[in-house]
Amino acid sequence: MEFDVGIFLAQLVNPSYLSGAFLSVAVAVLSLVLATVIGFVVALGRTSRSRIGQGAAGLYTWFFRAIPALLVLLIIWNALPQLFPVLRQEWFSPFIAAFIGLGVVEAAFMAEIIRSALLSVDEGQALAGRALGMSPAKVMLKVILPQAIRIALPPTGNEFIGLVKFSSLASVISLQELLTTAQVGVNITFRYAEYYAAAIVYYLIIVSLLTLVQSQVEKKFVWTSRKKPRKLPAQEPAGQGVFS
Amino acid sequence: MSETTAPASPVLSVRNLHKRYEDQHVLRGVGFDIHKGQVKAVLGPSGSGKSTMLRLMALLEPADDGEILLHGKRIGVREGGARGGAAVALPERELAKERRNIGMVFQKFNLFPHLSACRNVMLGLTSVKGVPHKDAEEQAMAMLARVGLSHRSGHFPSELSGGQQQRVAIARALVMNPDVLLFDEPTSALDPELVGEVLDVMESLAQDGMTMIVVTHEVRFARRVADEVTLFDGGVIVEQAAPDDFFDNPQHERTRKFLSHVH
Repeated sequence: MEFDVGIFLAQLVNPSYLSGAFLSVAVAVLSLVLATVIGFVVALGRTSRSRIGQGAAGLYTWFFRAIPALLVLLIIWNALPQLFPVLRQEWFSPFIAAFIGLGVVEAAFMAEIIRSALLSVDEGQALAGRALGMSPAKVMLKVILPQAIRIALPPTGNEFIGLVKFSSLASVISLQELLTTAQVGVNITFRYAEYYAAAIVYYLIIVSLLTLVQSQVEKKFVWTSRKKPRKLPAQEPAGQGVFS
Repeated sequence: MSETTAPASPVLSVRNLHKRYEDQHVLRGVGFDIHKGQVKAVLGPSGSGKSTMLRLMALLEPADDGEILLHGKRIGVREGGARGGAAVALPERELAKERRNIGMVFQKFNLFPHLSACRNVMLGLTSVKGVPHKDAEEQAMAMLARVGLSHRSGHFPSELSGGQQQRVAIARALVMNPDVLLFDEPTSALDPELVGEVLDVMESLAQDGMTMIVVTHEVRFARRVADEVTLFDGGVIVEQAAPDDFFDNPQHERTRKFLSHVH
């Protein structure tokens, strides 16, 4: 048994691991945001009555579910700058390329999650909102979305964890995220076990924190008054915090 | 309860309304008027087109033919373009504005589950009429008091009984101060022992002079509260009369048959 605890511990507190972990989470967060925005538009397209909307949305989902994320990253980092000189400038960093690449791929999956969440909201809800005289946008924002979000949260948490791990793909475009950090260390020292073990610890910490955050967010979407039974209704959280 | 002799223009009129769903001709030329303060009960077997008619009147679905007039003005459509062609249905955003004047209460309440009772009632005020939050809250609380639910204002729909939910739904429609309130079988989804509390609220609205069209199976309610009772069957109005005439002296065989089943 040649596991050097000293090396392992030294790597655990090594700032380059910390910054690698930070990069992984940052890429995951930003690509999830991008994926949610694009995914929402695609989901609206798929649920719309317009043939063009349905077609365009279907095409997007079909394309990005088929292409490996790794290939998308390589295309964005290598091929696009070849075609568009603006991407050869300094601002176009591996970080930006990574979050855009993972975001557009993930959007295809988020679109399906969002679509099924939107469809799972009872039809009577939109009907009631419309009967009150709410505009289509208000019906979506105030009635449908708060209910759809609750349904979309658990699968979105899964996708987010997946994205943290997918961010390791960005090593091919030289982003110094968590796994790349470990791999670089290994290449120098050949201490596989210690360096990989440190990476494991970091991934475990990240996912534990995410799970915690997710359960806190989900608690906001429990629609009961039980916690504050006699509070004034104006102070009820009512699952509206996300929008107001 | 109402001055049925007053010849003032009707609040809501329906003229020759038609609706088809694929090969089904659900409404086949329905027409009637309802005047201010009048309560009209609509009876009829399921599938007779009663609920469809309400949805058309609430502008939730377009009619295939016919007119809906609110205070004599045609709603739901824009008169045909420069060539004076047929009227075209308004876009959803425009329809939304016209819907404010017509309240709707649904069979299954359709309360917003993510909002407390008070917030359910407030939402129309804040997001449609732009009433400031505090103002809207006061109005909502007053309306909840009117349906006897002040003590439940902070509860969510899942924490309320069916009868309480339907009363919140009535408050939600009422707070918008509609010209007419449409009820689509408001007690059909309720346990029998909860029907009474909802009917009581509706009766008190009628006494306060609310103009109401009530699609219902509650024959006794229709007899006691309505100014006019209508029987629907096969997408047309079979009989339309004052309650006493309707129940005691129906003119049509179809009405007699229907009443023999529900009495």
